[in-house]
Amino acid sequence: MPDGLFIFFAALTLGAASLLVLSRNAVTSAMGMILALVGVAAEFFLLDAYFLGVLQVLVYAGAVMVLFLFIIMLMDTEDAPGAYPWKTAALGLAIFFLLSAGVLWLFHWSGAVPDIAAGATPPELSTQPAEFTTAAKSFGRLLYTKYLLPLEIAGFLLLVALVGVVSLSKDAKEGNV
Amino acid sequence: MEHTSLAHHLILAGLLFALGLTGVLVRRNLLVVYMCLELMLAAATLALVAFSRFNHTMDGAVLVFFVITVAAAEVAVGLALIVALYRKRGTVQSDALTTLRD
Repeated sequence: MPDGLFIFFAALTLGAASLLVLSRNAVTSAMGMILALVGVAAEFFLLDAYFLGVLQVLVYAGAVMVLFLFIIMLMDTEDAPGAYPWKTAALGLAIFFLLSAGVLWLFHWSGAVPDIAAGATPPELSTQPAEFTTAAKSFGRLLYTKYLLPLEIAGFLLLVALVGVVSLSKDAKEGNV
Repeated sequence: MEHTSLAHHLILAGLLFALGLTGVLVRRNLLVVYMCLELMLAAATLALVAFSRFNHTMDGAVLVFFVITVAAAEVAVGLALIVALYRKRGTVQSDALTTLRD
């Protein structure tokens, strides 16, 4: 049986994610998304990944969702008026139950996931990877040694995205998308 | 913490991913579809952090760092595309965008 905090934040995350999927109002969906991302960040904290939890709140729940809310505010995104689409909702429910049955089978009933505790001794590997620590320093060390090339590529990707967004919004203004 | 096993975190991540995938398949509002995509990414990062924590390696956590970076860039470009589409067509409902089908 998992501990209470895990149960609480798992319920919060799943409830907020259901709000995101089910709500017909885009702003309510965005609020559910923010709550779900905060719940995921709390799970990161429970997994001792403090740096990633802070990063998740800052980048996702902060910057990305503000961008989303800004765009929602900018455009009229109301769903077509009319009765609640029960047929689509039933289809979605069927898809979700199929998928979650698969998830439960894979991770619980099939026994493929070994029952290891967080404090257990690490498995024997041929090459010894960097030990998991809670310090942000260990991120920096790995990023600038083993993952230097991916880091450079990620930086270049951000530059490309910046230039792409500027050119996209410029073209849209001239009406030749 | 000592009572929560790897399987619990994986089940949570899997259910979150299933919710996101359901939203992508069912919803018609492009912005909500995009948010559901982000939810699937968040579920994947949760599984990565859990594996990283329970296997005592740092590499999964570093991969999450890159996933967050790429997702931020992806959101910026995707939202710019949706705004451009809205300016051109005046709607973000995917069932109204049938130019290629007609």
